[in-house]
Amino acid sequence: MVDRRQTVAVTFDGVDAEGVVGESVLECARRNGVTIPSLCFLEGLSVWGGCRICVVEVAEDHRLRPACATQVVPDMEIKIETPRLRAYRKSILELLFAEGNHVCAVCVSNGKCELQDMAVHCGMDHVRYDYRSPLREIDASHPKYVFDPNRCILCTRCVRVCDEIEGAHVWDVSYRGEQALLVTEMNKPWGESLSCTWCGKCVAVCPTGSLAYQGRAIGEMEHDPVMIKRLAVARSRNEWLYPEESK
Amino acid sequence: MAAPIDLHEVTEREREERFRTRWRVKACASTACQSAGAGQTIKAIEDAVEAEDMMLEVQVIPTGCMGLCSAGPLVRVLRRGGDKAMYQKVTPETGIKILKSHVLDEETLPEHEIDTEIPFFSSQERVVLANGGVINPDRIESYVAHGGYLALEKALKTMKPKHVLEEIRTSGLRGRGGAGYPTASKWSLLAAAPGETKYIVANGDEGDPGAYMDRTIMEDDPHRLLEGIALAAYATGANQAYIYVRAEYPRAIERLDRAIRVARRNRLLGRKILDTKFDLSVEVRIGAGAFVCGEETALLASIEGRRGIPRLRPPYPTEKGLWGEPTMINNVETLANIAPIINNGGEWFASLGTPKSTGTKVFALAGDITHTGLIEVPMGTKLRDIVEDIGGGVPDGKGFKAAQTGGPSGGCIPAKFLDTPVDYDSLRELGSIMGSGGLIIMNEEVRMPDVAKYFMEFSMDESCGKCTPCRAGTVQMHNLLQRITDGDGTKQDIRDLEHLCSVVRDASLCGLGQAAPNPVMSTLQYFRSEYSALLREEVAHG
Amino acid sequence: MTRARIATAWLGGCSGCHMSLLDMDEWLFELAQVADIVYSPIADVKIFPEDVDATLVEGAIANEDNLELALEIRAKSRLVISFGDCAVTGNVTAMRNPLGDPQQILQSVYVDAPDRDGQIPVEPGIVPPLLPQVLPVHKAIRVDAFLPGCPPPADRIQAALEALLEGALPPNRGEAIRFG
Repeated sequence: MVDRRQTVAVTFDGVDAEGVVGESVLECARRNGVTIPSLCFLEGLSVWGGCRICVVEVAEDHRLRPACATQVVPDMEIKIETPRLRAYRKSILELLFAEGNHVCAVCVSNGKCELQDMAVHCGMDHVRYDYRSPLREIDASHPKYVFDPNRCILCTRCVRVCDEIEGAHVWDVSYRGEQALLVTEMNKPWGESLSCTWCGKCVAVCPTGSLAYQGRAIGEMEHDPVMIKRLAVARSRNEWLYPEESK
Repeated sequence: MAAPIDLHEVTEREREERFRTRWRVKACASTACQSAGAGQTIKAIEDAVEAEDMMLEVQVIPTGCMGLCSAGPLVRVLRRGGDKAMYQKVTPETGIKILKSHVLDEETLPEHEIDTEIPFFSSQERVVLANGGVINPDRIESYVAHGGYLALEKALKTMKPKHVLEEIRTSGLRGRGGAGYPTASKWSLLAAAPGETKYIVANGDEGDPGAYMDRTIMEDDPHRLLEGIALAAYATGANQAYIYVRAEYPRAIERLDRAIRVARRNRLLGRKILDTKFDLSVEVRIGAGAFVCGEETALLASIEGRRGIPRLRPPYPTEKGLWGEPTMINNVETLANIAPIINNGGEWFASLGTPKSTGTKVFALAGDITHTGLIEVPMGTKLRDIVEDIGGGVPDGKGFKAAQTGGPSGGCIPAKFLDTPVDYDSLRELGSIMGSGGLIIMNEEVRMPDVAKYFMEFSMDESCGKCTPCRAGTVQMHNLLQRITDGDGTKQDIRDLEHLCSVVRDASLCGLGQAAPNPVMSTLQYFRSEYSALLREEVAHG
Repeated sequence: MTRARIATAWLGGCSGCHMSLLDMDEWLFELAQVADIVYSPIADVKIFPEDVDATLVEGAIANEDNLELALEIRAKSRLVISFGDCAVTGNVTAMRNPLGDPQQILQSVYVDAPDRDGQIPVEPGIVPPLLPQVLPVHKAIRVDAFLPGCPPPADRIQAALEALLEGALPPNRGEAIRFG
C-alpha cells in the first residue's frame, strides 16, 4: 500500500528513520523497528499517557515528553537510551513494583507478563524503595474472570477497551493517589455487574496478571492485547488483519 | 426586557446615601473576621444603633476584607467629610463602646485603635483589593458607586474587542495562578480560535494551604470578577463563562450566585448587555475538594462532570477545551485586574511593578509573622519589605529563617535572599515560584525537613493517581522524609530522595507532580545541613 | 592459588534456591576444585566463619534470627549476594506484610484455624519472634549484587558463581535478572 501521507525525517538515538506527519513518536519508532519501552499504550485504544515509561528526550530540550502522545515533526532528534532516561525508566518501574503486591512467583502471568518483561528490559534487578504492601481485596465474583488489584498498575487499558471498543464502560478508576483503584460499575462486585457483557476484552489487554480467567494456575494466563489492534483495524478499515500481521 | 442599569444614576444615588448620615461604621464581615466573631459584633452594633435611636445619624455597613486578619474583627468609623479610625479585635461589647464613645461623645478609644499609618497599611498598593473594607459586597450599587462596571460600559460602547486585548497586552499582565503566562497571549489564542462556541473559565479552585486571595475576591468583590470575565469574553468572542469554585468556599459560591443574578437583572450579563449586541452567560461550577482540579485540564474534566484528572497537552484548552470547544482558563485574581486596566489604561498598569512583572500581587501572609493577613504590593517589592515592614517582622524576638512561596508547588527562600524582589522570574531563579500568593514565614525554630515533609504529604494526598511518578513517587518521597525526620535516615536515603525529586519533576504528567519536589529540592539546596544532622549514625557494615 | 571461600545461607525462604543450587549437578565438582563452601544449610557448619569471599543469601528477613544472621553475614563477607526472589523482593515470605501485625496472623493460623488445641508456639531461644514486616535482604544490610528468580535456574547460579570466582559481580542484564 502506497502511503500518500507526508513523510518527515527523524532520528532515533542518531539513527535515521522516516516518520509520517500525524503519527506519534511511539508509533513511528515501532514502524521503524525501534524499541521505546511502554506500558499503558496499546494500539487501537486512546492514548492515556499515565505510565510515563515511554518518556523520551527531544534534541537538547531537557523537558521529557511521552512518546505515545508526542507527534513527530520534521528533523526531530529523538533520544531513547540516554543515561538519564534509563535511570528514570528503572525508577518508574521500581515505583510500580513497590506500590502493589507483585509476587511473580505465584502469579498467573508469571513468564507472560509485560511488567516482568519490562523489568528485564530496563535492567531492574531489585527495588530500592520500601514496598508499600497494600491490603487490596481480590474480586473473584465474576463467573469467568478474576480481578486481582494487587497486580494492577493502573494502566487503564481495561477501562479504555471496555469503554471505547466494547462500549460497556464497566470499568473505571475510583479514589485517587495511592488509593486509586479500578472498580466495576459503581464499585460493585464484578459478578453483580449488569453492564458487563462477558466479552473478556479487559482480560485480553491486561499487561499483568491483574485480570485473568478463573481457574488459571501460576504462569497459565496468556493475554492477547493484539486482538484489540485487529478489532480497531477491522472497524476503521473494514479488513481483518491476520494475527501475524498485527504484531 | 428591563432597561439596563444606569451606572451614573446609581453612583449619584449612592453618593447621596453615603452622605445621608454623619457617621458610617464599616465592619469587616469577611470570612476571617467572621470566624473571629464579626457576626455578633455587627449585630451588637446594629442593635445599639437602634436602641440609641441613632438610625439617622449612623449607618452600619458590612464590608469585605480590610487585610489585617490577625487583628479581626476589624471595624472602621468614618465621619462625613472628615476623620476616620480603625479598631481591632472588636467584640460585641467593644463595638457598643466604640459606638457610644467615638460616635456619641466623639472621643476615640486609643486602646482599641489601630494606627493605619503603620507600614502594613501604608506600604500596600491596592488595585485588586481596592474595594476591600470599602464596599458592601452584597450590593451591586456599592460596587457601581466605586467605579464598578464603568470599564465594561467603556469597552462595549467605545472599544472594539481587539482594542481591549491590546490594552491588556500593553499592561503586561501575567497570569496570577502561578506560572505567570502572559494574559494577553492566552486571550489572543482564544480570540483567534475558530468556531462560534468559545468558553471562558475563571479558576477559583484555590488550594494552597493558607492561601485565600481568590476566596476574598470572590466573596468580597464578586462583581469585579464578573466584570473581568465579561471584558475577557468581549475581547475573545466568548459567550459562555464558568466560575469554578471549590466546595470549601460556600460563601463565595453564594455571593457569586447572587451577584450573577443581580448583574443579569441589571443587564450587565445575559443577552444584549447594556443594550449592545454582546451576550454572555456566566454560571458557577462547584469543585469537589481536589487540589488537582486547579490544574486546567483536570478543572475542565470536572466542569464536564467527569473525574477531575489532568490530561495530556497538547491539545491546549484554547484549541480543545470544554466539550471539545476552545476554552480559556484565567485565574480569579488575573480577572480581577482587568477592569482597573481598562479604566486606567494598560500603561498605568505597566507602570506598577517591574518591567517583566507588572502590576501588583496579593499575598496571604501567614506563619511566624506579627501581622498575618491579606496584603497587596507592587510586583518587585523586596521580600524584606514584606516581612519586616508590612508583616512587622518575626514575633517574640525570634529570627527569620525562611519564606515559603507557592505552597506545595513552591520553595523555601532563606534569609540571605531577603533582598530579592518578589516577581515571577526572581523567585524562579531561587528555585521557588510565585504561585497563587501563599506566603508563609518561618522562624529560626522551624526544622526545614519537617516543612518539606508537610508539603510532600499534601502533594501525596492530592495526587490524582493517573501517572506513576506522581502517584507512587510522592509516596516514596514522603516515606523517605518520614524516615529522615524520625532520625532513621541514611546518606543513601538522601541520595534516593534527590533522585526521586528529578524523576517526579521531569516525568510527571501535570504541574502538580512536576512541582511537587520543589519544597524538598529548595530545602535541600539551602538547608542541607539540617538534613545531614538528622541522619542516623551508620555502622561500618550497614 | 588460594581457594575461594564461598558461603550460602538460608533465611526466610523455602530452600528452593538451594535445591536449584544442587541442580548444577556435576559443575559442583568443578566448584569444589576451586572453592570451599565454608558455610551452608547443606554443609554441617554451625558458626558462620570469618573472612568469607562471597555469601549467597536465600530468603527474606522474616524474624529476629534472620536479622541477626544477616548482620553477621554482612560483617564477615566481602560480598553479599541476594539469592532468589525472597531475598531480593520478599516474595512469598513477604505476602504476610499486607496483613499487618504478625501476632494477629499467628493467632488466626495457630489458634483460630485449628479445630482444637490451638496455641501460639512460644519457645524463647528456639522459636524466633517474627519481625513486624518481612524485609528484602537489602533493606536490612548492604547487598552487593542481586540474583532474582523463584528459584534462579541452575545455569544462572552457575554464571553468577563463575563471575564471582573471577572476581567480578554476577551478570545483571537480560534474562539473568528475571523475577519469578
